[in-house]
Amino acid sequence: MGKTIAEKIFASHLVDEPFAGTHVLKLDAVLCHEITTPIAIADLMARGKDRVFDTTRIKAVIDHVTPSKDTKTATQAKILRDWARRHAIKDFFDVGHNGVCHALFPEKGFIRPGYTVIMGDSHTCTHGAFGAFAAGVGTTDLEVGILKGVCAFREPKTIRFNLHGTLPKGVYAKDVILFLIGQIGVNGATDRVMEFRGPVVEAMTMESRMTLCNMAIEAGGTSGICMPDQVTVDYLWPFIQNDYPSKDAALAEFRKWWSDDDAVYDKVLDFDLSTLEPIVTHGYKPDQVKTITEMAGTPVDQVYLGSCTNGRLEDLRIAAGILKGRTVAPTVRAILSPATPKIYQEALHEGLIEIFMDAGFCVTNPTCGACLGMSNGVLAEGEVCASTTNRNFMGRMGKGGMVHLMSPATSAATAIEGKMADPRKYL
Amino acid sequence: MKTFGGSVLFLDRSDINTDEIIPAKYLTEITKEDLKPYILEDLKLPGFDPKGAKTREARVIVSRANFGCGSSREHAPWVFEVNDITAVVAESFARIFRQNMFNCGMAAIELPKEKIDRLFAYAGHPDSTMAVDVAGQTLTVRGGGKEETFSFEVSPFDKALVLAGGWVDYADKKY
Ligand code: SF4
Repeated sequence: MGKTIAEKIFASHLVDEPFAGTHVLKLDAVLCHEITTPIAIADLMARGKDRVFDTTRIKAVIDHVTPSKDTKTATQAKILRDWARRHAIKDFFDVGHNGVCHALFPEKGFIRPGYTVIMGDSHTCTHGAFGAFAAGVGTTDLEVGILKGVCAFREPKTIRFNLHGTLPKGVYAKDVILFLIGQIGVNGATDRVMEFRGPVVEAMTMESRMTLCNMAIEAGGTSGICMPDQVTVDYLWPFIQNDYPSKDAALAEFRKWWSDDDAVYDKVLDFDLSTLEPIVTHGYKPDQVKTITEMAGTPVDQVYLGSCTNGRLEDLRIAAGILKGRTVAPTVRAILSPATPKIYQEALHEGLIEIFMDAGFCVTNPTCGACLGMSNGVLAEGEVCASTTNRNFMGRMGKGGMVHLMSPATSAATAIEGKMADPRKYL
Repeated sequence: MKTFGGSVLFLDRSDINTDEIIPAKYLTEITKEDLKPYILEDLKLPGFDPKGAKTREARVIVSRANFGCGSSREHAPWVFEVNDITAVVAESFARIFRQNMFNCGMAAIELPKEKIDRLFAYAGHPDSTMAVDVAGQTLTVRGGGKEETFSFEVSPFDKALVLAGGWVDYADKKY
């Protein structure tokens, strides 16, 4: 009987099976940020176990609120910073070098096919775009990961999504994942790996695949996952060129992780996306979705472009393409947070930042900021935000505020009109 | 092992998320104890008052499907823990929240919808209490002069975590 990619990763990382169905896995990467890690550090210190299992496999970043906005956030940052220094964790990213974790770590080449990855952050599923098993965990799992380099998981039951056709103009990975969540619901993939397959995925860049996998958790999924292919090899090549004699050799190696043809799935779902329209959320749950045609005209107070879902260069290019020579409606506050310093710099060199600023956008430093209502664009009660982020829970971007999730293209069109707008007319 | 039981707080809605259990703005607190006053602060349910006596007295929460969805923040189980709520009984849980509960040595117990419906029949009695026996895999609900006992499934690993007092102690001995 064949295996899925997740089953292959589990089998190759198994440390212990204390009970049938419980797999304790060896970890290749333990990722840390300043919100969920400090309490793990404090607990390890209190237990007299202030140690790390492997300084090279732990990566840390200050990203949620940075530069710190008050004493409390400064203290959290300090706890993480002092810990990283104390243990000589080389891959630690602080002000000037920091960006949103799920954009920064892949950009540094830290995530590879076949890896097991955990982080105290629910959107860790993003990293499955590289053919890794990547799961968000709580602080206790993180703490054990830091100390022992292991984490326990149930069987990686997998739902396979075959995405057929070609995406129409103006429709992107964000629309695809919002559509899929709308189809299966916010707990449609609970305790399941979401395996994304088919021509739509094959045609996607790594950035788009990250957007797709990023929101697996919004359907309850443990990890999103894509097969590591030529696109993956090309993206990772600068980081792996000394490990393989050629790109073909790397591809052949990666190919071993692919799900077998006779792998057994919990469910297989087929979708033809050739007629998909831009999708927008309308409620307080990510599965409450409508097409932009149905939602067009809804007024917004703020547009937010950024986050681990859609703050990458590709997203900025798409939005800038729409905004070029146009201006943001006077009733709207438009905010851009490039996800990492590298993205920010490349956007500067390409002239994208100028387009955003000419249009009337406020450009912030790379940070999670407004995505979780911590800084840089918190909403007032009753305000509405068109956002490229991944979560529209009530109060997510500020108490009493409403968030509509959408693609960078739709958010750019919305910024121009001051109300939700179809991006296709600007392409 | 902790004892699970006492006064019950009924939260009659599916998909109660971790932002509702503890809003992101409190994630800057450095100790679990500091989270205490903010329990369920953003949860809007008819008749529910996060600051009310029922919330303060609760030791067990009963809710519907997909409880604890959203963020991975362990602050959600912690805000329950520091308010002495050590068990949540629901139709289903989001994976990370469920694991966080067991990792902290607390209980996230799943029951089928029919049994959850029967538990909600006790919501009308202000004196409803529940005792949850993780080792024996049964829970007993009492209220309005009635009493019922239900058995439940729990994975052997999650049970072992409760008995060990959480994942750190378990893993530290074993790995
Ligand atoms: S950008 Fe938003 S969703 Fe992504 S890691 Fe930051 S807070 Fe979480």
